[in-house]
Amino acid sequence: MKIVVTNVFVDDQAAALEFYTEKLGFEVSADVPVGEDRWLTVRSPEQPGGPDLLLEPSGHPAVGPYKRALVADGIPDLSLAVDDVRGEYERLTGLGVKFTQEPTEMGPVTTAVLDDTCGNLIQLAQHHEAAAA
Amino acid sequence: MADDVFKALADPTRRAILDELRERDGQTLFELCGRLAMRHGSSASRQAISQHLAVLEAAGLVRTRREGRYKFHDFDPAPLEHLLDRWLGDDGDDGSAVAPDGRD
Repeated sequence: MKIVVTNVFVDDQAAALEFYTEKLGFEVSADVPVGEDRWLTVRSPEQPGGPDLLLEPSGHPAVGPYKRALVADGIPDLSLAVDDVRGEYERLTGLGVKFTQEPTEMGPVTTAVLDDTCGNLIQLAQHHEAAAA
Repeated sequence: MADDVFKALADPTRRAILDELRERDGQTLFELCGRLAMRHGSSASRQAISQHLAVLEAAGLVRTRREGRYKFHDFDPAPLEHLLDRWLGDDGDDGSAVAPDGRD
């Protein structure tokens, strides 16, 4: 068994595509019309074999309240591994990205949390052992 | 109000929350939970931390502010200053001075 696709619910697929590609640096993996929406996935250039991240529409009525409650408490939907969390923090704030948590050392990991502008928070995590290896 | 402050301070997790907020104001519940788990070895659940924050807020030691869609928590030391004034203040009152009342 392996993880091939995971998802985030995004308020606006076009805005999400722009954010995840132009700000975060992912590449489009699939973009197929499905009814009024799209099957829209992105992938990290550092992981050519996947997994894919599905930028899924937030239309279901349960999604809005769920997302709002998580965002209010600062809880991220997704965690991304980075080599240099402070460097990413500087780079992304320079691009206008808003963080709800600045880089903070939490034992073996330094984390930061950003807003994807589509109703989700995303954690960046730098594992210190991995960086030293 | 003084009773609320002493009650709030009587718990080690709540004191740790104040330690962490003193280091950086404006934390989300998520950030506080991470700091408590990683730096203080706390095994309290998110719900438990949320309840601790409510106790601190009732005592006036923590303020919660909404900024857009986020909820941030700040440390407010004012109730502590009022408490200490009761014994350390130089206003010459005898020990029966009234504790700070309902204000913050």
